[in-house]
Amino acid sequence: MIRIKCPYCGLRDHSEFNYIGDATKIRPVSPELANDEEWFDYIYIRDNPRGVHQEYWQHITGCRSYVKVLRDTVTHEVLKTGLPSDDLLFSYEAEK
Amino acid sequence: MLSTKNNQQTKRLSSGGLIDRSKPITFKFDGKPLMGYDGDTLASALLANNIKLVGRSFKYHRPRGIYTAGTEEPNALVALRSNARTEPNTRATNIELFDGLEAKSQNRWPNLFLDFMQINNLAGPLFTAGFYYKTFMGMPGWHFYEHFIRKAAGMGSTELERDPDAYDKKNAFCDILIIGGGPTGLSAALTAGRSGARVLIIDSSKLLGGQLLWELDQIDSKPALQWIESTLEELKEMKNVTIARRTTAFGYYDSNVVNAIESVSDHLPTPEPHTVRQRLWQIRAQKVIIATGATERPLVFSNNDRPGIMLASATRRYVNQFAVKPGNRAVIFANNDDGYKTAVNLAEKDINVRAVVDSRTHVNQFWKTKLEKLGVEIIPGSAVINTHGHFGLTGIDVASLSADQKSTSSQSTFMSADLLAISGGWSPNVHLYCHAGGRPQYEASVAAFIPGVRSQSEYPAGASNGAFSLIDCVTEGINCGNQLVTELGFSKTGFSIPQTDEPTVTPIKALWRIPGKGKKFVDIQDDVTESDIKLAHQEGYISVEHLKRYTTLGMGTDQGKTSNMNGHAIMAEERGEDIETVGTTMFRPPYIPIAMGPLAGRDIGQSYSAKRKSAIHNWHHENGAIFVDAGQWLRPQYYLKNGEANTTENMDVAITREVQGTRGSVGIVDVSTLGKIDIQGADSSEFLNRIYTNGWTKLAIGKARYGLMLREDGIVFDDGTTSRLSEDHYFMTTTTSNAASVLSHMEYCLQVHWPDLDVKISSVTEQWAAMAIAGPKSRDVLQKSTDEEDLSDEALPFMGVNQISINGIPALIFRISFSGELAYEVNVPADYGEYVWRRIMEKGKTDNITPYGTEAMAIMRIEKGHVAGGELDGRTTPDDLGLNKLISSKKEFIGRRLLKREGFLDPKRPKLVGLIPIDGKSRIRTGSILVKDPNASLPMPKLGHVSSGAYLSPTLKHPISLGLITGGTDRIGETVWATSPLHGETNEVKIVDPVFYDKQGERLNG
Amino acid sequence: MSKYSVLGLIKNAFNDNKNWERAWRDPEPKKHYDVIIIGAGGHGLASAFYLAKNHGIKNIAVLEKGYLGGGNTGRNTTIVRSNYMLDENALFYEKSLKLWEQLSHELNFNVMFSQRGVLNLANSDSQMDAITRRGNTMRLNGIDAELLDRRQVKKMIPYLDFSKTARFQIKGGLLQRRGGTARHDAVAWGFARGADQLGVDIIQNCEVTGFKTKGNNIEIVETSRGPIGCGKVGFAVAGSTGHLASKLGMKLPIESHVLQAFVSEPLKPIIDHVVTFGAGHFYISQSDKGGLVFGGDIDMYNSYAQKGNLPLIEDVVTAGLAMIPGLSRLRIVRHWGGIMDMSMDGSPIIGKSPIDNLYLNCGWCYGGFKATPGSGWVFAHTIANDAPHELNAGLNFDRFRVGRSVDENGGGPVPNRH
Repeated sequence: MIRIKCPYCGLRDHSEFNYIGDATKIRPVSPELANDEEWFDYIYIRDNPRGVHQEYWQHITGCRSYVKVLRDTVTHEVLKTGLPSDDLLFSYEAEK
Repeated sequence: MLSTKNNQQTKRLSSGGLIDRSKPITFKFDGKPLMGYDGDTLASALLANNIKLVGRSFKYHRPRGIYTAGTEEPNALVALRSNARTEPNTRATNIELFDGLEAKSQNRWPNLFLDFMQINNLAGPLFTAGFYYKTFMGMPGWHFYEHFIRKAAGMGSTELERDPDAYDKKNAFCDILIIGGGPTGLSAALTAGRSGARVLIIDSSKLLGGQLLWELDQIDSKPALQWIESTLEELKEMKNVTIARRTTAFGYYDSNVVNAIESVSDHLPTPEPHTVRQRLWQIRAQKVIIATGATERPLVFSNNDRPGIMLASATRRYVNQFAVKPGNRAVIFANNDDGYKTAVNLAEKDINVRAVVDSRTHVNQFWKTKLEKLGVEIIPGSAVINTHGHFGLTGIDVASLSADQKSTSSQSTFMSADLLAISGGWSPNVHLYCHAGGRPQYEASVAAFIPGVRSQSEYPAGASNGAFSLIDCVTEGINCGNQLVTELGFSKTGFSIPQTDEPTVTPIKALWRIPGKGKKFVDIQDDVTESDIKLAHQEGYISVEHLKRYTTLGMGTDQGKTSNMNGHAIMAEERGEDIETVGTTMFRPPYIPIAMGPLAGRDIGQSYSAKRKSAIHNWHHENGAIFVDAGQWLRPQYYLKNGEANTTENMDVAITREVQGTRGSVGIVDVSTLGKIDIQGADSSEFLNRIYTNGWTKLAIGKARYGLMLREDGIVFDDGTTSRLSEDHYFMTTTTSNAASVLSHMEYCLQVHWPDLDVKISSVTEQWAAMAIAGPKSRDVLQKSTDEEDLSDEALPFMGVNQISINGIPALIFRISFSGELAYEVNVPADYGEYVWRRIMEKGKTDNITPYGTEAMAIMRIEKGHVAGGELDGRTTPDDLGLNKLISSKKEFIGRRLLKREGFLDPKRPKLVGLIPIDGKSRIRTGSILVKDPNASLPMPKLGHVSSGAYLSPTLKHPISLGLITGGTDRIGETVWATSPLHGETNEVKIVDPVFYDKQGERLNG
Repeated sequence: MSKYSVLGLIKNAFNDNKNWERAWRDPEPKKHYDVIIIGAGGHGLASAFYLAKNHGIKNIAVLEKGYLGGGNTGRNTTIVRSNYMLDENALFYEKSLKLWEQLSHELNFNVMFSQRGVLNLANSDSQMDAITRRGNTMRLNGIDAELLDRRQVKKMIPYLDFSKTARFQIKGGLLQRRGGTARHDAVAWGFARGADQLGVDIIQNCEVTGFKTKGNNIEIVETSRGPIGCGKVGFAVAGSTGHLASKLGMKLPIESHVLQAFVSEPLKPIIDHVVTFGAGHFYISQSDKGGLVFGGDIDMYNSYAQKGNLPLIEDVVTAGLAMIPGLSRLRIVRHWGGIMDMSMDGSPIIGKSPIDNLYLNCGWCYGGFKATPGSGWVFAHTIANDAPHELNAGLNFDRFRVGRSVDENGGGPVPNRH
């Protein structure tokens, strides 16, 4: 069981969450300005690192928040959690 | 029943042991009635009754006995209990004896003493590692040969009967979890407990104390049992300490979550009423102390598998804890001081110990003196090179060992013996440490793999950390407890390290195999021998993983607890490399085999998945509804009238009745299962505009609109009707199956993409009961049911929305239609659902109101060409489904940008059409494939498929179907073939417009 | 190299088994290879085997970071089938199944391919419709398929839960009799031995650490055993594809997920087919050694750890007991995980890459094992001809960009839904 700290509810089992996926993908802010390549990248391409991964989980049986999670994909260790607007990787690196 | 007079426990000592001689227990082994005592295991009771042969081996069917006294037992596997409670492959060494226990030996035919499969033993050189890979390659194929081979493999049997027992799950939280209640665990628990930390200590046995329960050690000059007792007394007084017995940690998972199985009732004939058999624990700990001890290793020499050969520690456990003599004339063979300890112990318990054969040359003076006193011969620098006997050990051959341990003297000495106690050293139980992510390292001084770097908050201590002496265990336990409470912010408490009476240890000298011919078993359960390992090496299967997979080393029910270290070390010797380089295989959970029952817990049978019932369910149930599963929901599929049996014919009758009743007068259907989402906030219109393909900003208050939702990749996601209740308030409906995913999708959009939008959404599916009233008389019936509301076309036109009152109950009413008839969808608070439904039924009586189910609903929607699940299959675009008119060109919406891709514009894409059998009567099965020429050669080119079918349209009096076909409506008028090879059916069908009925929509107005 | 045969076994038995030869060599890497396949799992070894056998390429190396067959090849639930609906998958997997039927003979190594039948249960009317469509498509593609009703399923597999207490009733099932199981390790070993005999260098304990490129070509593969020059490079590293591609600065439509499996204690024969549940993620078969082999869904989060967590196992077991209540007292002896390369439509990618001399073989999701011979066969063709075979033309990398996903389940670009 991976334990994830929901910013609203505290430390919870991962079975309370739905895994959403890669949080580094940002939907084009101006959809009409983005080109085909940017859309392709946003929808189909994944960061998929071996190591630190920034991802979304939805606290589906809790507060239903989308929680941003920084997690190591090799050890499954949760390094940091936050709100969707947080850049966890940046703050994680900065703290290191 | 066996009376105490017939007590045949010839090997039971007259005193001592942790058994209760006042509580005799009767049990049966292979049908033979026997007797033991409370406190026995099945293994100890069998030994007390002088039963040594308990099973046959996996491959060679060699006679096997009891090899150990614990969890690591590779041999003594029995079928425990009978009938529906049968538990195959159960370790006799772990079964607490209970009254009426029945056990049977396994893997033998016709019986233990006469087993025809022994033939395999003679053909041994043929059945070497890799045998099956090198033959049976020709015709008629492996599946033919396998039929015979499978029967010979396997161990115990099951009939797959339904389990009469129940299981449960339990959650626990603690600061410090201590796994193992031996000297290490108990010491740690005391230090941690005294500091005030929340401590949970678990142990797999009934009694805490671990190995101390059956060793003759002294602590502070008193028997160890007294130390256990006083420690437990203190722990029991502490409110912050919880002790769980008969609870085995089997896996260490992420985030320091440890799972354990508690054997609640396994020691009883059957569980007490309202009690479970086993319980799955999920323990979330901040820190975990792994105090799981170590496992003794056997030595690898010729014929080292005979009944009567036993781990040295096991012999001590049988005499001390169970007061059982596992033999009368013993020889001990060891490469470490355990041999001497065992010799002294057995001799003191009235066993004739002939000799200690020590592969080392140096003998500690302490033991020399002791053994001399007891008259036990010491044979240093020597080894047991062979054994004799068939169903039981009768003697051994001893020879002296060369300095490099690679050869033995040509002369050997025979010694008669019925018990050979062996010790090849100890392997720390690093399993849980490995589960946690740790990589064990080889430590030559103890000739074993010990824990290395920590990967989570797991702290191995004591024997599981490679510290084998009692004083080291206690010290590590105390230190570890102190360290962890300090790290957790509790204050350290005083705890003095007690004194023990252990002699100085002469270091172990690794001895991985003893030279000589004959079968030298490494993995005694899977019959993997030293020569199998040599062969694997010779053929290039040299990594430990290849070794495991090629020879099956360590793949039995014991998962290599006694065999892995020896096997890997032998491979290292063959490779001429050190053990660290060769490495070890990973230990995978579970530590012990675990039953599947507790993993499912209560979620079995009807509780496998939640059952969702609408607020109107009771009425349906009382009125002949036949229910169908729609995900977790139960929905009426159709309604049988008084006396109709549920046959295919009557189903057709019912469905026809429901469609005709609705189209002819009025019908009512429960649509509470549709997803309902309440949307509020100043930006609600803008939000809908972004998630639906069509425009929403101009929707008037009091109006509903059909909306289409796409995925980001342009594929149709969901459809439904959304209504504007006020300036900032919308009410959305989704399909039943997508209710949850649409909600999550919208939450994702709001929380991640557009947090700036002022919109709040909430699922209200459970809050509203919904029913659709359809048919030319629907307005009349609804009118009669309401409180003089104006339901005229002017007040409530098509796609109009109103909030009205039905006998004082507030209702949301939408004039929308799935059936194509004049229709209203009535939503009322769920608690009033059944009342309102009954009221409408009552008021509709004069108009013959007909309740209809999902079948009639589906037929009517097919008649109208509406798409549903069969068409929204996650591969269709709006254009495929003829929904391009819903694609706004004036705005951005999710999925828009990917609609113009080449693959989406391909003219070959199948598109929605209607299909009618040419003969006007053949039923076209859903899932039939549309082809141009049904006799074309295979693989046959396919034009499309039938996505939804009505075997009979009661309205049109012939079968109709929807399908997707290349060319779509451009092909209207053409004929193609609908084929279902699975049914052997092929029918010519005409392509028609997907709207079969009332294309102009005139009936919407009644 | 001597052939394996019954006679050989008997001869060796009389000779103390001293004359068995190595199954494959342990060569030092050369300075340059015409083709380097990265990953000595089933797919990589099969690719090398068919490159040498069908296309006459001599100078081939297969590089493996650990030991051969140590990844997903040795971690799966060993199911072989070709019961797919979409042509791109169906025709490819059927080719693979046909290769399986000859494989033991072709490799002179018994891969224990047991055509015991694969049955997909349907537990709802809509599932019956779905398996009807799939089964019909299979038949039109020349693949065997039979639709069973509830009665027929009960006759074939009476131990399933046909009682009234079952939460979801069994409606029927789709049976592919030619489907079954194989001995997973043997497939890797057989291909390794076969490729080695054809002169392929299988280099174990050789981790790829980077690439040297020139223009749009890979020139040198950097490894833990030194740089190796290459003509062409093929990736066959399943769950590690994303990691390896990142060394070329390449991102792919792939997520790595952990898929768990588990096995029971050995039992006498009781489960004679491969059976999958309709109302939950669960499948079961029995190995020749007697262990019941179970599998289910992925753990649902990105992972490169070859281990998962218990909640998934609990879910799979719960589904298992819903399908076969009599499993309750049987014991699980080991559970483990493999890293799946989950693609964005649930189907594999076998073809050319954005780099001129690099070829991709990835995105196998749950389907990698059964594809092994077929994957090697078409991948070898693609590498040798610098163009895909018609069987893998639709499984190209560009299909996502142009809107031609091969989405068997209709789940969309979300790996968790495939």
